[in-house]
Amino acid sequence: MKIINLLTDSFLKILLPGIRVTIPLTVISFSLAMVIGILVAFVQFANIRVLKQLARFYIWVIRGTPLLIQLFVVFYGLPSVGVIIDPFPAAVIVFSINEGAYSAETIRGALEAVPKGQIEAGYCSGLNFVQIMWHIVLPQALRMAFPSLANALIAMVKSTSLAANITVMEMFMVTQQIVARTYEALALYLELAFIYLMFSTVLTRLQTYLEKRMNTRGA
Amino acid sequence: MIEIKGIRKSFGDLEVLKGLDLNIEKGDVVAILGPSGSGKTTLLRCLNFLEKADEGTMIFDGQEFDMHSASRKTIHEIRIKTSFVFQQFNLFSNKTVLENVTLGLTVARKMDKHKAEEIGKNLLDKVGLSDKYEAYPNQLSGGQQQRVGIARALATDPEIIYFDEPTSALDPELIGEVLAVIKELADEGMTMLVVTHEMNFAKHVSKKVIFMDEGNIIASMPTEQFFNEQKNERIRNFIKSIEHKGEQK
Repeated sequence: MKIINLLTDSFLKILLPGIRVTIPLTVISFSLAMVIGILVAFVQFANIRVLKQLARFYIWVIRGTPLLIQLFVVFYGLPSVGVIIDPFPAAVIVFSINEGAYSAETIRGALEAVPKGQIEAGYCSGLNFVQIMWHIVLPQALRMAFPSLANALIAMVKSTSLAANITVMEMFMVTQQIVARTYEALALYLELAFIYLMFSTVLTRLQTYLEKRMNTRGA
Repeated sequence: MIEIKGIRKSFGDLEVLKGLDLNIEKGDVVAILGPSGSGKTTLLRCLNFLEKADEGTMIFDGQEFDMHSASRKTIHEIRIKTSFVFQQFNLFSNKTVLENVTLGLTVARKMDKHKAEEIGKNLLDKVGLSDKYEAYPNQLSGGQQQRVGIARALATDPEIIYFDEPTSALDPELIGEVLAVIKELADEGMTMLVVTHEMNFAKHVSKKVIFMDEGNIIASMPTEQFFNEQKNERIRNFIKSIEHKGEQK
């Protein structure tokens, strides 16, 4: 009985930082990551010389180093050169820059998968490069990239637990604190896992719904 | 209206266009015939700068410029005055049929949306697709898609339309509906340059025939003369082989 009381008491205590921290952290970071991803993919697709090399360098470094270490570099490392960032914004910066590199590759692949003939047809209709991108290529590319990007979003929800390591008071951090008081590690961590599963399930359902809706129109 | 002088184009070591000349008058309906690999499509693509010619001069509406070094602005001006119909249709797959037709008006020419839609609907009616305004390209047959392609080409009120094998990707039973639309345009006096393998079309619709072989124009003459008084053995054999294939279908 004691364990059930503990679980029901802690449920809200864990869920609350989920709603106050995990969700905003994910939503803000992922939105910024999309902006970065689209810009970095676009720079490569349009073959803009210097920027393209910068983009390749950025993707190479970010994809080649662990997310956890990136968090540590920004939160614990940067203060030694005088850059002090609060935990939450530090997490947002790292998560968005990290996911930006991955989604840039996903989006670049999707941009390149849009048939070149449609770009030519755009030019022949008198559109310029930016108009063709905006009206024809990008909408199709994002639709193609959607399943992969939804995957990335679900992965990010779970990755936010790493932010506990830089003192962000999110669900994992809060659970750890309750475990430290009660020593019910198995029950509480399973409960935490269940809450993450709930979040992911909602997103998976949303993905299925949106994909169905998109498929009813166009290719 | 359009005059081309000395156009050359190579892909690597392969010389596809070997310095040919071309002259198109307003109202001309020109069929470009020739075996595969003779440079027909490349010629057409160079005229609209989808490929950049290595050399050549173009005179368009009295304006003369070098085709290799044409500025982005010049290229844009040419494209605004011309239209292109593709072998593979190349409709915008995220846009409805009507949007496909109006995009060049609303976006490239900043035309009012309602006015553009009116023009678009009229043209779709003309090509026999008045019940498909809101359909997406992947819901249409090949013949319907190509008719949308033609409506899209017409929307911007071009001075000339280039057709790149407009019926080659179609099932045989769908070819007729597309050719009928092109014939109607010919009757209305539209200037058209049509790369095609359809002998019937060349014979009955075009007013002039250009025959290309290995990157050169080896014949350019009125249609009647091309088919009925053909002295060139090579061309006569070509016509025969194509017509023979046609009968087998």
